[in-house]
Amino acid sequence: MNRRVFSRLGALLSCLVLSLSSGGEVIHKERSIYRNIEVQQKGSERCLVFATRRDDRRQTCVDLKAPDRVVFSYVRMTFGGLLLAPNPSSILVIGLGGGTLPSALSKLYPEAGIDAIEIDAAVVQVAEDYFDFQSNNRINVHIQDARVYTKRAGQNGTTYDLIILDAFTGDYIPEHLMTREYLEETRALLAPGGVVVANTFSASDLYSYESETYRAVFGPFFNFKLPGSGNRVIIARPDGLPDRTTLALAAKQLAPSLAPFGIAITEFPRHLTSKTDWDRNAPILTDQFSPANLLKNR
Amino acid sequence: MNEHTPTKPMHRIGWAVLLLAFTSGFIIMSVELLGGRILAPYFGSSIYVWGSIISIFMVALSVGYLIGGRLSVQSPNLGRYGLFFLSAALGLLPIVFFANHAMEAVFSAIDDPRYGSLLASTILFFIPTAILGMIAPYSVRLMVNDTDHSGQVAGGLYFVSTLGSALGTLLTSFYLVLWFDMNTILIAMVAVLFSAGLLAIFLNRGDA
Repeated sequence: MNRRVFSRLGALLSCLVLSLSSGGEVIHKERSIYRNIEVQQKGSERCLVFATRRDDRRQTCVDLKAPDRVVFSYVRMTFGGLLLAPNPSSILVIGLGGGTLPSALSKLYPEAGIDAIEIDAAVVQVAEDYFDFQSNNRINVHIQDARVYTKRAGQNGTTYDLIILDAFTGDYIPEHLMTREYLEETRALLAPGGVVVANTFSASDLYSYESETYRAVFGPFFNFKLPGSGNRVIIARPDGLPDRTTLALAAKQLAPSLAPFGIAITEFPRHLTSKTDWDRNAPILTDQFSPANLLKNR
Repeated sequence: MNEHTPTKPMHRIGWAVLLLAFTSGFIIMSVELLGGRILAPYFGSSIYVWGSIISIFMVALSVGYLIGGRLSVQSPNLGRYGLFFLSAALGLLPIVFFANHAMEAVFSAIDDPRYGSLLASTILFFIPTAILGMIAPYSVRLMVNDTDHSGQVAGGLYFVSTLGSALGTLLTSFYLVLWFDMNTILIAMVAVLFSAGLLAIFLNRGDA
């Protein structure tokens, strides 16, 4: 009980600290064809920032003193997908950011083949220069639109045990990556028992639309929220969701290897629920109808 | 040429030509904007996709201007003007019904999404856009009665049709995509073009 209160306080505190500490020293700044990119550093914390005029969107942060520790709660939550796919041999990550996810997954699963898709070559360069991201014979980076990659991979019959969708910068949503058709193409890339993890939007009208769209494609999924974090992570497995006991067992087995990354995986299972907490009548987003950016602002 | 033989008092149909030019301006830009949406599932929404769409629209319009101007030389009349609108309506229909088939084929044939999107834009948008481009010079010819005012008439037409384009861009991106499916918007545009064509043909009959 005490530990629980403590961890909640910790989450709250780290949220507070993160929101106060935005805007350190800018150590790199460039304008790519897609966005303004900044690397900011404050103390030992270094962040990739997609700067906009209104506010800064921090994509990835690393603690240079503890480079393995995953700083952002939503990134830690993404590892919840491992509860359903404990030993993936092939992983697809959509959206590179600072490369935190592929790097960590590669350390966890040195034998796994990882494809990381990033549309912006400048982001890949920054990840390599400032976030110690290395592509190697196990991590392949494809500089490509994710929709194009997914369609082509489907044509070639490529499959993955784990697919992580993390393409949204928060400021602008690539609307063709949020439609039923895109998710169907993604689902087609899943190996038997494969898992899709999506870092999504938790506020605005979009929440219901997006949730319904995922449900239409994947059926019931785990809607994963952690108290003290404003994020929602979708964990879906078309071949069926495990029960809580199975999850708890998986968490116990994963815990030691995830500890160095600061991921308290044993806390996750009790927050995984397939209950719906959105408007079930919300329309589904399709290639014909996907005004995601307009919905996000309502 | 027959520039000294004005066939009929064009000022009587001036309002109709202005309205129709406005309509074509509106629809050109609305379709162009939807073009990005249409191509995105196959070629992404990167800057080169917009590059493909915009360049194909520009080439198609320029060809349309050339053909429309050439056709305006021989006894210009509202009836033929109306046919342009009907043809443009027909030209948009394949986008509604065959776009995915066409893009599927292009996607399979071409690896590089830059050239894929360029070819797909050509297949989907070249013909309807070229036909819509024919409307501009033809409108000028229908409204010009004397050379002294030709520049003024052309200016007025550009004004109206470009304003239509601005409104088409704005309404489509702000509201139409929020309210309707893309195909619904496209079919509505087909209906509007069709009605516009019938209006021109009807006015031509009344004038004759």
